[in-house]
Amino acid sequence: MAKKVKEIIVNKEWCKGCGICVHFCPKKVLKLDKSNKAAVTDLDSCIGCKLCELRCPDFAIEVKFLDNEQS
Amino acid sequence: MPVKDYIRKRFFPHIWCPGCGHGIVLGGMLGAIEELGLKKKDVVMVSGIGCSSRIVGYVDFHTLHTLHGRALAFATGVKFSRPELNVIVPMGDGDATAIGGNHFIHACRRNINMTAIVMNNRIYGMTGGQFSPLSGPGIYATTAPYSSIDYDFDIVELARGSGATFVARTTVYHVNEVKDYIKKAIQHKGFSVVEILSQCPTYFGRKNKLKDVNEMLEYFKNNTTPVGSQAKKDNPNLIERGIFVQIQKEEYCDKYLNVIEAASKEVKG
Ligand SMILES: Cc1ncc(C[n+]2csc(CCOP(=O)(O)OP(=O)(O)O)c2C)c(N)n1
Ligand code: SF4
Ligand code: SF4
Ligand code: SF4
Repeated sequence: MAKKVKEIIVNKEWCKGCGICVHFCPKKVLKLDKSNKAAVTDLDSCIGCKLCELRCPDFAIEVKFLDNEQS
Repeated sequence: MPVKDYIRKRFFPHIWCPGCGHGIVLGGMLGAIEELGLKKKDVVMVSGIGCSSRIVGYVDFHTLHTLHGRALAFATGVKFSRPELNVIVPMGDGDATAIGGNHFIHACRRNINMTAIVMNNRIYGMTGGQFSPLSGPGIYATTAPYSSIDYDFDIVELARGSGATFVARTTVYHVNEVKDYIKKAIQHKGFSVVEILSQCPTYFGRKNKLKDVNEMLEYFKNNTTPVGSQAKKDNPNLIERGIFVQIQKEEYCDKYLNVIEAASKEVKG
């Protein structure tokens, strides 16, 4: 069964607003906010593929799952 | 151990520009090390000089930040004295194939058990965007205002021809392959080379009129294909990704141990 996404955490101190996570999210879950940092718009659509986290050059975004401490 | 436990958090946010591909390589490399379950004390990372080479400052392993182009020479010394350690050498394309080209081919030839990672952004990032032996014809750079006329190396062919026993290539867009190939390269006994096409939006991107970092990643997505695919036959301009060489050949430290044994016997008589 697919793991359920609990939350997506953006470390605004580390995010440099490159937009890679926004552009390549297959479900358009993310956007850049007014301060040019990644932000979540629609958590329900997230399929937990973790591509945002894996492609972030700055270790600034993390997808957390329910029932599972694995990050 | 979670990937973030392998980094030196006190140095973050890191120095690389927004969207620089080097950070994605770092993430993939740490993912590989995590999956292999390597302990921090069993990994040595050795780099030269360049934006790419700064990677060693961010990882919590034994690290050496050495001289431009000479990382493999230092790494050879480390491996020779402590063959049980995993030695990983991340290099820029300039570092590995311009000033360090000679060290590169000879490390391949010796088949010493370590992993070279070429973070290929096709330009000298750190020094302001000069062209490198990986830029290729038609590429604009600070030192090629009318575009470069030099042909580029093919790292895979260079490494294969020089004797490397594991050679793979992928891009930072294909981040799961980055992890997978680095993992296999570390496991391989012999000299392994993983070329990772990476992006320098600040110099390569700007000089070559690429709109933004996403356009650079789209390029990796649309202009590469798995090795041996039908797509490559239909369009020879595509760059192949995959594992190109994976062979077993006697390793250098082992051969050297034999020499030490033979010599000690002779001394003892
Ligand atoms: C002996 C020596 N020559 C030249 C330099 C200047 N230098 C520093 S980094 C660099 C090239 C960096 O390009 P690359 O290796 O491709 O790495 P990148 O910065 O693109 O990641 C050069 C020429 C130096 N530091 N030492
Ligand atoms: S995990 Fe996948 S679907 Fe969810 S935000 Fe990240 S890239 Fe989008
Ligand atoms: S990829 Fe990382 S650094 Fe870039 S915008 Fe997203 S969270 Fe920020
Ligand atoms: S100059 Fe280029 S290679 Fe260097 S950190 Fe910036 S984007 Fe990366």
